[in-house]
Amino acid sequence: MTATTEAQAGTGLLRPQTGRIRRAAARVLLSDHFVLWLSLGYFLVLLPFLPTLGTPANLANLLSNAWPLLVVALGQTFVMTAGGIDLSQGAVIGLTSTVAAALIATAAPPEVLGRAPIWGTLIAEEGGIFAGQVWVGILAMLAVGALVGLVNGTLVALLRMPPFMVTLVAMMTVSAFAIWLTQSENIRNLPEGYVQLGKGQIVSVYFGPQDRPEIPRRELHAVIGQAALIAVALTLALHWLLERTAFGRQVVAVGANRRAAEIAGVPVRRVIVLVFVLSALCATVGAILYSARLEAGRPTLGEGTFLLDVIGATVIGGTSLFGGKGKILWTVWGVLFFVLLSNTLNMMNLSAFHIDMVKGAVILAAALLDVARNRLARSTG
Amino acid sequence: MSAILRFEELGKDWFGVPAVSNLTLDVPEGQVLGLIGENGAGKSTLMNMIGGVTEPTRGRMLWRGRPYAPASAAEASAAGIAFIHQELNLFTNLTVAENLFIDGFPRRGGLLRGLIDRGAMQRRAAGLLARLGLDVPPERTLDTLAPGERQLVEIARALHREASLIIFDEPTTSLTPRETERLFAVIEGLRAEGRTVIYISHILGDVRRLSDRIAVLRDGRLVDEGPAASFDVPRMIRSMIGRDLAAVFPERTRAPGSRPVLEVTGLSAPGVVENISLTVREGEILGLFGLMGSGRSELARLLMGLDRAAGGEVRLLGRPLAGGPRDRVRSGMAFVTENRREEGLMMDATIRENLALPGIESFSGPAGLDRGRIAATAEALRETVRLKAGDLGRQPVRALSGGNQQKVVIGKWLPVRPRLLILDEPTRGVDVGARSEIYAIADRLAAEGAGILMISSEMEELMGLCDRIAVMSRGEIVAEFARPAFEERRLLAAAFRSGAAPASEPATGTEG
Repeated sequence: MTATTEAQAGTGLLRPQTGRIRRAAARVLLSDHFVLWLSLGYFLVLLPFLPTLGTPANLANLLSNAWPLLVVALGQTFVMTAGGIDLSQGAVIGLTSTVAAALIATAAPPEVLGRAPIWGTLIAEEGGIFAGQVWVGILAMLAVGALVGLVNGTLVALLRMPPFMVTLVAMMTVSAFAIWLTQSENIRNLPEGYVQLGKGQIVSVYFGPQDRPEIPRRELHAVIGQAALIAVALTLALHWLLERTAFGRQVVAVGANRRAAEIAGVPVRRVIVLVFVLSALCATVGAILYSARLEAGRPTLGEGTFLLDVIGATVIGGTSLFGGKGKILWTVWGVLFFVLLSNTLNMMNLSAFHIDMVKGAVILAAALLDVARNRLARSTG
Repeated sequence: MSAILRFEELGKDWFGVPAVSNLTLDVPEGQVLGLIGENGAGKSTLMNMIGGVTEPTRGRMLWRGRPYAPASAAEASAAGIAFIHQELNLFTNLTVAENLFIDGFPRRGGLLRGLIDRGAMQRRAAGLLARLGLDVPPERTLDTLAPGERQLVEIARALHREASLIIFDEPTTSLTPRETERLFAVIEGLRAEGRTVIYISHILGDVRRLSDRIAVLRDGRLVDEGPAASFDVPRMIRSMIGRDLAAVFPERTRAPGSRPVLEVTGLSAPGVVENISLTVREGEILGLFGLMGSGRSELARLLMGLDRAAGGEVRLLGRPLAGGPRDRVRSGMAFVTENRREEGLMMDATIRENLALPGIESFSGPAGLDRGRIAATAEALRETVRLKAGDLGRQPVRALSGGNQQKVVIGKWLPVRPRLLILDEPTRGVDVGARSEIYAIADRLAAEGAGILMISSEMEELMGLCDRIAVMSRGEIVAEFARPAFEERRLLAAAFRSGAAPASEPATGTEG
């Protein structure tokens, strides 16, 4: 009998409180800005231990790392929301950066590129055949990128092949093709106008005494550069496309229930093809920013764990791997968190292996979080 | 007789809408309690609270007199409560015996300690099956069993766990009449053993026949309760919908016109349908009756362009149709499929998002989607189809009851003003109130000049609503009846191709 009364008292006391805590947890977890709060919390917790974390130089560095990753992740967000995945984005970055450099480089050393199959046709000692013509290079990149996306999308949509397989094969072949083009060499001597797209600064800040007529360049910290403008403009445009257009809602519908979408008159195949083209185009814009910063076209630019960063940032933001659920804003916060994570891990003097191990664990945590959010979304009002 | 389970002022809110409120009810031990109510009356929510799937917002439950607040399905199972659902929770790739012992296989002792004792498992499984009169070898895999046999396996599992309260939720939906009879005998047997049963069903005659007491839920409240003997079907319906059911079927607003909306001539697809010709006129509701597998749903898919026809022609308003579903939707066709979860809804998307999908391109302006207009359209649809829901812009369709989900599937087509609406089993798994509302929507669309092709295996609803009924059998249209000639016997004879009269009546709703 005592046990019963105790249990009664227990439930009476505990029930409302656990309810309140659960509801509060749900509000935070289900917020669009959850990952932003997470990033800020992470930043504040680590600030006392990593004194360089909050310096203007590091913050400028953080931002400049974020822009290209963001641009690529935007495309991945669209593909995932439509229920797919694009593993070929890294390879597209390698190929398009190489193609642009081969066309517009202003000079090329024969001892480096002499053995490349494109030597003498696309590029020679005096540079590429469109040496210095930045816009030609960019248009060519976009065309090559769009072509890869079109092939991916067509195979997925028309032949109903799994996106994972299609883009895995694309990743292998496109990447190998890029490496073959230059025999794995980088192409340098990019025109200044191109380099400025990645490094050009528009607003910079300087913290220090005003006693010198000229401020040394390395003490100037970029706040807004050309890369930032490109990335922000693309983010806003794609946010609008996903949230405020019929096409965007159809992307969500295809990811949520392809059969229902088809019956409802959604042009399912067209949506899938366009989503993969969009993803490859985003990767291409990412390639511009990365190769401009590097001041070289590099066939292996998007290799290694780059894909981990893109998919990790997108999933951590909250876009579902199963499709039907994705927001551009989520990806912005996901990229912010991922860049912050890489940055802090670097500061802790961890080896590259340790860094990847931690990143892997974080992606796992993000996947678990996705499951938890889904459960919460279903059980609370 | 004491109560094995008692609800005290129990309440649960979903998205600010109470699904169950102030519910106080005893489940008497050793009896069968029939629980009825429309979709959305709160039955599922109540079951989820008993099963530890959701937590009550208010009030409490008492299990054998003690406070009972299960945090998980496992806790409910441990307490001695078992659920037999519409969708069974079995592993179809495992054997009957493995399914029975999945949460605790008998182990060997001695040298092979820890390994599964297959012999003991088979013997014990055979014993359990025998108690239910199920004559299948325990080593058969589940996917070789008929739906009714699978259900008995599920019941055997409840017996194995020594469940003292067994809850049946629409258990007869996928059973043949013979299997249903056997199930009822098993339920009688469970009661004779002293077990308690809660029986939930839309088939009111069954509930009355099986139950000792009946409880009726409406809008989350207990509105009627008493011994089954005092309940007749009219009282059950009156309590469920809160009014007398003067007419489930609406008076048809307007007589059909003469202009054909849909003209099908000689449509064929090998092995599916053969030489189908039919016409649906303006404002007409054409019923399509047929048994399971007669090709009705396949015909609908062909008409919609989801599958390719080998020959024949489909014209909509005089223009031949060739393209896929997108072209057909744009030229004025709409299709409500028989399985709303798989082909009708985005379950995790909001109600508004679902309602806006077919007409999404029409909400598009130069500055993108007009979200104000989408919201206003959704709100207007809430009224038109009488949707019982919370915030349309936040509540996912998954959180709606079956009947309300179906209203979303139909409602989403209304903004595109379809010229031809194909309804495939639109009232399957839908309660009587929502049913009559769905019929009213069909009538209203017809009155506005749309043609409606209504596929159903329920003859009663076709006869109550349609202007004409075509009967399909083995991929062909074998007969057509105009309203004055509607007669159950003749429709059935046509469906069975007369002469060869079968042993059983047509299985209603056994496809899903």
